[in-house]
Amino acid sequence: MRIDDQLHIDTPEGARLSLSLAGPIPRALAYGLDLALRGLILFLVSIPLMLMGGHGYGLYLVLMFLLEWFYPVFFEMLWQGRTPGKRAMKLAVVHGNGAPLSLNGSLVRNLLRTADLFPIAYLTGFVVMLISPRLQRLGDLAADTVVIHVPEPLQAQRSPGEGSEAPDWPLSRDDQLVLLAFSERAPGLSRQRQEELARLAFPEQPPPAALEKLRRVARHVLGDPGGGRP
Amino acid sequence: MRQSQFELRYRPLWERLETTLKGLEGVGKPPAENLSAFAADYQSLCHQLALARERGYSLALQSYLNDLMLRAHRQLYRHRAPLLPRLAAFFARGFPQAVRRQWRWHLISTLAFVLSAALVWGLIQHDPELVHTVVGPDQVADLEEMYHPDLRDTGDRGRADDVMMFGYYIYNNIGIAFRTFAGGLLLGVGALLAMLFNGSFFGAAAAHLSLAGASQPFFTFVIAHGAPELTAIMLAGGCGLRLGWSVLAPGSWSRVDAVRRAAGECLPVMYGVFVLLVIAAFIEAFWSSRELAPQIKYGVGAACWGVLYLYLFLAGRRHGSE
Repeated sequence: MRIDDQLHIDTPEGARLSLSLAGPIPRALAYGLDLALRGLILFLVSIPLMLMGGHGYGLYLVLMFLLEWFYPVFFEMLWQGRTPGKRAMKLAVVHGNGAPLSLNGSLVRNLLRTADLFPIAYLTGFVVMLISPRLQRLGDLAADTVVIHVPEPLQAQRSPGEGSEAPDWPLSRDDQLVLLAFSERAPGLSRQRQEELARLAFPEQPPPAALEKLRRVARHVLGDPGGGRP
Repeated sequence: MRQSQFELRYRPLWERLETTLKGLEGVGKPPAENLSAFAADYQSLCHQLALARERGYSLALQSYLNDLMLRAHRQLYRHRAPLLPRLAAFFARGFPQAVRRQWRWHLISTLAFVLSAALVWGLIQHDPELVHTVVGPDQVADLEEMYHPDLRDTGDRGRADDVMMFGYYIYNNIGIAFRTFAGGLLLGVGALLAMLFNGSFFGAAAAHLSLAGASQPFFTFVIAHGAPELTAIMLAGGCGLRLGWSVLAPGSWSRVDAVRRAAGECLPVMYGVFVLLVIAAFIEAFWSSRELAPQIKYGVGAACWGVLYLYLFLAGRRHGSE
């Protein structure tokens, strides 16, 4: 068994979704950003409202109410489970089965925020989050939601160069996956590291030649000499 | 089949699916073209994703197909009902039915409020000084200023004050209701304390003002908006207690599942609580503050109570299978 903060969900279509759960620190930072933004909105709007006297003060109170209770709900519905703070921290709220957040789910988790706040500074929420296997606070438990790190979309990058050659050994599926992973991740590695890896594949060759050969074989597996992709 | 051949063969289908998805994900009516092929396209996409995984095509292609499948999945299984008929059905049937389904909890929360109010009222009739144990000195002064015939200024409030008070009632009362509900999650203690405290406060204020000879201004003020406002607070308290009980005694469910179920059943009631409190804030800000003959105010107030309780007890009985 692996112990990590990944949540694995098997969908009815037989696909396996892996979500990485967000812990208390990024969530607290996102909350802090949201709090600051709420304060800023309230401050900016209060200036013209104060000039309107009693009407303005009434509207100010209504706005304060809306910001306190419905600011997260509004943005979580608008931006697929992300408030501005969560967006900045690359977090999102989804349901426990990986489905997009519903209005009811968002309402439950945000209405019950008060219970997590108790007695001070989200102490209850923090303790519950540490105990809960999926890093959920009370509101999340009741709404069946989890906060996840939004995965970066995979950038398809091709290793530079032209030409391909067939591998000189029978290629197993695992070999194929390793080669694909190499060609996708190589641009993010230093040249020295790439050569080091290439030497593992072709120990009999000097590093630059080994790297060149590895790239050509990887292009062969990808099966398109010219580049270009989805 | 090599990956590039695979991509070449199926790319037109993926692109068609992407155009259809763009139409479906936008707001408003989806374009009719390609819709008939959507379900079949989705199925063959699932097949291609499985192939891409099995054959070990590049991770970028796999994740592209995976994202496309997720988007299509969301659109295919989405439940999109028009909003207005749903709202109408909710207020015609859903809300009162949801309230009646949990009537025991609402009864307990009401009893907590009423009994604590009656107890404090009785105690203060016995010893008027006891009011200071429940209500702070500033609040006593505020109450007297608001309702006492000799102390309050009799001039009508301006429209601007009405709007200001409306904002205050929204901010304060709905906040209290939501907090009462959420406090219930802490084993029900939060909700119960909120009901006992609000009941005591109400009892103390009523008793103190009636001893001070200001009962008529007080009751003519509170009777109309009291119907939606007090009812909403009782309902919020009932939901909170239900939530707390699901933690304490989950029955045959796991605790987490019991809380989830309770929260799901309480949510429609909380929608209603929200609307009731907005109505109450309107009445309180724009009607209760009017200086009118007591008969009119009592009449309207009684009508508010009558209509609200007829609605809660009777609406949606024929349709539901309660």
